[in-house]
Amino acid sequence: MKLFPVRGGIHPDYRKEQTSEKAIVAMPLPAALYIPLQQHIGAPAEALVQAGDVVKKGQKIGRNQGAVSATQHAPTSGRIASVTEVPAPHPSGLPTLTIVIEPDGKDEWAELPAPIADPFAADMQTINARVAESGIVGMGGAAFPSAIKLNLGTQKKLHTLLLNGAECEPFLTCDDRVMREHADEVIDGARIMAHALGVPNIVIGIEDNKPQAADIMRKAASAFANIQIAVVPVQYPMGSEKHLVQAITGKETPARMLTADLGIVVHNVATARAVHHAVRFGRPLIARVVTVSGGALREPRNVEVAIGTKISDLVEFCGGFAQRPERVVNGGPMMGQPLPSLDAPVVKGTSGILALTAEEISDRPTSACIRCGTCVTICPCGLSPVEMSSFIRKDNLEVAAKLGVMDCISCGSCSWVCPSHIPLVHYFNYAKGMLNAQTRDQRKNERIKTLVEARTIRIEKAAEAKKAALAAKKPAAAAAPAAPATTTEEKANA
Amino acid sequence: MIPVTTSGPFTHKANSVQNVMATVLLALLPATALNMYLFGWPAIFLFAVTIGSCVAVEAGCLMLYGRPVKETLSDNTAVLTGWLMAASLPPWAPWWLGLLGAVFAIAMAKHAFGGVGQNVFNPAMVGRTVLLVSFPVVMTAWVAPHPLFSANAPGFADAIAITFGGHLPDTMSAASALGYVKTELSRGIPVTQSMTQVPDLMDMALGYRAGSLGETSALLILAGGLFLMYKRIISWHIPVSVIGSLFLMGTIFHAADPARYTSGMFHVMSGATFLGAFFIATDYVTSPVSKMGQLVFGAGVGLLAWTIRTYAGYPEGMAFAVLLMNSLTPIIDQYTRPRIFGRSRKGEPLPLAKEKA
Repeated sequence: MKLFPVRGGIHPDYRKEQTSEKAIVAMPLPAALYIPLQQHIGAPAEALVQAGDVVKKGQKIGRNQGAVSATQHAPTSGRIASVTEVPAPHPSGLPTLTIVIEPDGKDEWAELPAPIADPFAADMQTINARVAESGIVGMGGAAFPSAIKLNLGTQKKLHTLLLNGAECEPFLTCDDRVMREHADEVIDGARIMAHALGVPNIVIGIEDNKPQAADIMRKAASAFANIQIAVVPVQYPMGSEKHLVQAITGKETPARMLTADLGIVVHNVATARAVHHAVRFGRPLIARVVTVSGGALREPRNVEVAIGTKISDLVEFCGGFAQRPERVVNGGPMMGQPLPSLDAPVVKGTSGILALTAEEISDRPTSACIRCGTCVTICPCGLSPVEMSSFIRKDNLEVAAKLGVMDCISCGSCSWVCPSHIPLVHYFNYAKGMLNAQTRDQRKNERIKTLVEARTIRIEKAAEAKKAALAAKKPAAAAAPAAPATTTEEKANA
Repeated sequence: MIPVTTSGPFTHKANSVQNVMATVLLALLPATALNMYLFGWPAIFLFAVTIGSCVAVEAGCLMLYGRPVKETLSDNTAVLTGWLMAASLPPWAPWWLGLLGAVFAIAMAKHAFGGVGQNVFNPAMVGRTVLLVSFPVVMTAWVAPHPLFSANAPGFADAIAITFGGHLPDTMSAASALGYVKTELSRGIPVTQSMTQVPDLMDMALGYRAGSLGETSALLILAGGLFLMYKRIISWHIPVSVIGSLFLMGTIFHAADPARYTSGMFHVMSGATFLGAFFIATDYVTSPVSKMGQLVFGAGVGLLAWTIRTYAGYPEGMAFAVLLMNSLTPIIDQYTRPRIFGRSRKGEPLPLAKEKA
C-alpha cells in the first residue's frame, strides 16, 4: 500500500518487549468493583441502581444522559454496596460518583439483548442503537462514545473506515495482543462498523514494530476484498488519527475539522472487538485488555480485566511492585495521565497502567532554553514550541493562540526531545485550559450581553408601546373632553 | 499518594545541554589538536588562557547574578565559547588578548543579555570582533606553521616569552592567504598573479598554512562538522547554505573578472569558512530555529562574508557576517515558521478538497 510522509515525529525508547510476547490473561474478579458514572467524554450516566440492589452480569446500571454520553453495565453479578464518591482515575484524584459492586462469585449473566443474526442485513440505526446500548466508547484512550462516531454516516459523505492499530505509545501492547489473539473478532467488528457507517473500504493501520499482528490481521482479512492492512512507519505520534489519515491517504485534515470531513472515520481496534461482542452476542462493554507494565512492576503483562477493578488490585495481580515506582501512569508514557493514587478503578478508556522507574522517565531539572530548534523540527503539527512556550511563560496567551497553541495535540514529542528538559506540553496544556476558559467566559458574556440588549429593546419597546398607547389615548382623550365641549357649544349654538 | 506536579510525557530522550556542548567540543578536537601541533607551545598557552578566562568570567557573572555556579558551569557553554574564540585568534597572540576577549564574550555578549540562551549575538564572535577592531595589528599577526618539536619551533621558554612576554619574533610573521591577496590587490597586483604566491588548495585543506589558532585545517573541521551532523547536533541547512552561497558568489564573480575576484573554491577553503559554517553560524542560541530560517540565515552569512572579504577593509568577513545575521535572527524566525498542520501558510484552515465525482 502506498504511504505518504508525515511531518516531524520522534522515536522514543519503545520498551514494548516487556509485554509484547505475553498473551492476554484474564484476571479473577476482585472483592469489589468501582464503576464511575463518568468514564467517557460527555455527560455522566445516571445511576439506575441503589445500595442493596442485586444485579446480574451485563445488566444496565447507568443510563446515558444527553446527546454525548454512555451507558454503564455491571461487569459481574453481585450486590450494589453503595453509590458513592470514589477517587477518579484522573490526575486530580478528585472523587466522582461511582457504583460499587460486591461480586457474588457466580458471574451470572443477565438477560442480554438478542444477538443481531445478520448485522449486514440490519439497518444502520439498529447497529448504532446496539452500540450505544452496550456502552461502547473509544478504547484507544479518548473514550468518546462510539455510537455518535458511527452515526457520522448520516451527516457526512464517508468512504473509509480506518481502524487504528498503530499503538504508537511506548510500553503499550494491548492493541497488539488483541490483534494477534482476536483478529477475527476485530475484523468482524470492523466490517459491522463499516456497514453501519455505510462505507465500502476498511483500512487497518498498524505500525511496523508489530509485524506479527500485521501478518495475523492480513490473514484474517484475506477473505474480504475491501479490507486493506497498511503497515505504517514507526514514528510517534502515528496513532494520532489525523496523522494516521495523512500517512495512509496523503490528505491533511483542515484545522478545526474532523477526519470525517475527508470521508474517513477512525476507530480503535479494541473498539471494533467490543462492537463485535455487542452485535453478535449482545454483550455490553464490561471488560477490556490493559497493558500493565513498567520497570517498577514485578510481572508486566497484558490483562483482560473487568471494568471497575481497582488499579491496586490489578497491580497486585501483576505481582506488585518490585521497587517504588517514580510515577504511576494511566495510559502510555507520552500522553498518559499521572495517577495520584492506586485507589482509582480501571475504566473503559484505560489502555495501560505503567509503574515507571526514574531511569525509564529519564527526566532532569529544567535548564535554560538554548534555542536548538529540535522542538520545531519534530513537531508533527508544524508548531514552534520554543516560541509558544516563551509567550506562555510571560502569560501572553493571545500571541500563543495566534502561534497556534490550540492546534497542539499534546503528543509530548517536544517535551520528550528537549535537551533542556523544559516541560513544554505542560505550558501548552495550561494555555489551552486558560484559553478555553476565556472562550467560555467570553461566550457567557456575549450571551449576557445579548440578553441584556434584548431586555433593553424589550423595555424600550414596552415603553414605546406604552407611549404610543398613551399618544393614541391622548387625542382620544383630548377629543373626548372636547366632545362634550362641542356639544355644549353646539348646545350653546343650538 | 504520589504527588502529581507536571503533566507528561513520562519518558524523555537521554539528552542534555551538557551532552550537546560536550559533543561539539569533541568534534572540534581533531582540528584544534592539529593546530596545536602546527603552531606549538604559544598556541597551547593561548588556548588554555582563553578557555580558562571564559570559565572564570562566567563563574564571576553567575556569582554576581546569584545563580547556581557549579550547575551552570557544568553545561560546558563557557568552555565552548572560549574554545571557539581561541580558535579564531592568531596562534601566537599575547595572553591578554584571550582574557580581554573572554570579558567581552562572556560578560558583555552573554551575561549582559541574561545568560545562556538569551544572547542575541554569538559571544565568541563578539569577543573576536571587538579584539579585531581594537587591536588590528596584534589580531592579524599571523605566523607560518612551526610544528612542535621541529627545528625552528619555539621551545617552552620561548613560548612563554611569546605568549606572556609579548615577544613576537618579526621574522616569523606571515600573511594569511586572504590577507595577502587583499594587500596585493590594493597595490594593483591582480588576483591571478598573487594567487601563485598563496599555499595551494591542498595545503589549505590540510591546514598547513598561516591562519587562526583552530581553523587552518578545512578537512578536519569538515570531519568535525560531519560528525555533528551524524550525531544530529546540527543539520545540513546552515553549513550548506553558508558554503553554497559563498562558493556561488565567488564562482560567478571570478568567472566575470578573474583579475579582480578570487575563485569560489579559494573562498571556501580559506579563512574561517569551514569553522564558521559548521561551528559558528550553527550556534543554536543565535541562529533561527526553523530549517527554512536556517537556510535564509546561512545564505545571508555566506553572502555577507563574500561581500566583506571582497569589498570591505577586512580580509576576513566570517565573524562580521555571522554577527550581522545574528541581529536578523528574530525577524527571520518570525517569517519562517513552519506551516501548521491543517492550515495554510497564512494560518487559515485548509480548504476541503473537492471530491472528484
